[in-house]
Amino acid sequence: MSTDPAQPTRTIKTGYLARVEGEGGMFIRIRDGEVADVKLEIFEPPRFFEAFLRGRDYSEVPDITARICGICPVAYMTSAFNAMEDALDVDVDDRVRALRRLMYCGEWIESHALHVFMLHAPDFFGFDSAWTMARDHAEAVEGGLRMKAMGNEILRVVGGRAIHPVNVRVGGFYRAPSRQDLAGLVEGLEEARELALRSVRWVAGIDFPDFEQDYEFVALRDPDRYAIEDGRLASSSGLDIGADEYEDHFHEQHVAHSTALQSRMKDGRLYFLGPMARYSLNSGQLSELARNAALEAGLGETCRNPFKSIIVRAVEILYSFDEALRLIAAYEPPEAPAAEVEPHAATGFGWSEAPRGMLWHRYGLGDDGSIAAARIVPPTSQNQARIEHDLREFVRPRVDLPDDRLQWECEQAIRNYDPCISCSTHFLNLTVERS
Amino acid sequence: MTGTRPKLAVWKFASCDGCQLSLLDFERELVSLPEEIEVAYFLEATRGTLDGPYDLSLVEGSITTPEDAQRILEVRRNSRRLVTIGACATSGGIQALRNFADVEEFTAAVYARPEYISTLESSTAISANVRVDYELHGCPVDRRQLLEVISAFLNERRPAISSASVCMECKRAGNVCVMVAHGTPCLGPVTHAGCGAICPKFNRGCYGCFGPAESPNAPALSARLGQLGMGDEQISRVYRTFHAAREPFLTESESHEH
Repeated sequence: MSTDPAQPTRTIKTGYLARVEGEGGMFIRIRDGEVADVKLEIFEPPRFFEAFLRGRDYSEVPDITARICGICPVAYMTSAFNAMEDALDVDVDDRVRALRRLMYCGEWIESHALHVFMLHAPDFFGFDSAWTMARDHAEAVEGGLRMKAMGNEILRVVGGRAIHPVNVRVGGFYRAPSRQDLAGLVEGLEEARELALRSVRWVAGIDFPDFEQDYEFVALRDPDRYAIEDGRLASSSGLDIGADEYEDHFHEQHVAHSTALQSRMKDGRLYFLGPMARYSLNSGQLSELARNAALEAGLGETCRNPFKSIIVRAVEILYSFDEALRLIAAYEPPEAPAAEVEPHAATGFGWSEAPRGMLWHRYGLGDDGSIAAARIVPPTSQNQARIEHDLREFVRPRVDLPDDRLQWECEQAIRNYDPCISCSTHFLNLTVERS
Repeated sequence: MTGTRPKLAVWKFASCDGCQLSLLDFERELVSLPEEIEVAYFLEATRGTLDGPYDLSLVEGSITTPEDAQRILEVRRNSRRLVTIGACATSGGIQALRNFADVEEFTAAVYARPEYISTLESSTAISANVRVDYELHGCPVDRRQLLEVISAFLNERRPAISSASVCMECKRAGNVCVMVAHGTPCLGPVTHAGCGAICPKFNRGCYGCFGPAESPNAPALSARLGQLGMGDEQISRVYRTFHAAREPFLTESESHEH
């Protein structure tokens, strides 16, 4: 690795990126002061979910796809049962839907709290990890862990356990919690909501790099609520489609010099998924508490600086606590925990807003409900081309920084996306040419 | 003082990250961790890394690529104690379903350019590749058991973890048996304890995510599952999920295969 900025060709390389979920690296080549090449390398071994799902029963798919990601299993389960219920015309009780939304709030909280406090914040304060950061910011780190624990607690009470919940099935749940079960969460959630409010102020005080991009934001939208567990897909330029139309508007391509399948819109444009897209498209639907906290933190109606996604995540944590408390107060146990499901040959489409962006599933079912075909498009593979583009733009005015500084700042630009490489079943294991 | 703390390393192979990230689900224990342990290598939590040798290595994930088959040898050489955490590392995980299929066909089914994929024919447990000092079960592992294992190894004692079946835990928890009372198929009699028998608590049969218990009688359970109306194909499938490559689930799934 070259260390002299005056050299004509410099290579900035991180073998294994730290504080991202899964295994990936970063490769940047600078030639004569210009960015010649940028790659987000992926070493995550392929696990072949879409292949081995074939022949399994439709009812097994939520539990199996949950194992794609230990940080966002509920997102995988939700997109999967949404697709199955679409295929099999299942009519799900609104009270079951409310419970599902509550469980998803738990996942947003635990995943966002992990990212904000353990993975992302240490960069801004110049620390290697949350442990070293805790020496100077003990209250923030302990508060973050408390919030994460309360997110896990929602998942435990509704889903049976925090990682790979056991109470989820196509059609609903195995057992619906009682009102008392959920009432037991209220005090802890109210305390955690206060911590969330304080943490929005804490992250708002960060000195952010000046870096704004003209993103095409893409996120689910629901006329009645801040979209989490379902909706139609919206974008900055007015897209409005159902899950069955996804493949008409987006495609993945193999680029020979890319390390992954890269998603683009059909017209070739890059797009951006995740909290900042959701916020920019739907911020008017946040609760009053969350909306006011966002304004106080200096966010406008949209946010185009990906470094500030840490504020957006903190706002979504606050919203999730608020929403969880609202759902618990309104909760009536459903008459039956799950709807009846009759298998038949069909194709179904489903999606939901995973913590790091929209996650799309499609399944073809045989007469007996066995899986004939499966396709899964995770958020990080959709964001990957956008991440590389950000890196290119970010490096250009910073080529004179010393290598170690530039490397750290570029890693941070990747961590802005909370990339979940373990999720990315499509990512490839490529050898990248190096000069 | 820093020189006397034991060095902990956390390694990832093919997996979902859920087991290693349950280390970050602790609260006070996590903040005070650096007082007891030097976190020498844990990439998903820290940029800071220290070279080996390590006193304790926790290994998540299974071996599925030629590079990883080499990397685990190096991890073993650098580790005084090596403990595997979770179904992928102890059994090969859900990705071991490739072991029953043609991997080339799998690759072509998922990837448009299969020639870019470098992968092995099978997904194997860590113990099939190197010597392992202890295996902690679960998909995912239970975080209290994980804490017990770390604490036991750093204090040079055996972990106090039962290798009995989920049935034992379920009885102790006072659950109604879902198989006896409701005729719900349940893998509890053959599955390793550790989860707290959560599925029966939620009116669901155990689906075996902690893998086989010590010397389970799988054929006897399969006969009962057949009486409850499950066909051979279904019986084969219940053993062939998160611990498909581990005995006796492997043999039992094969004996019901058409």
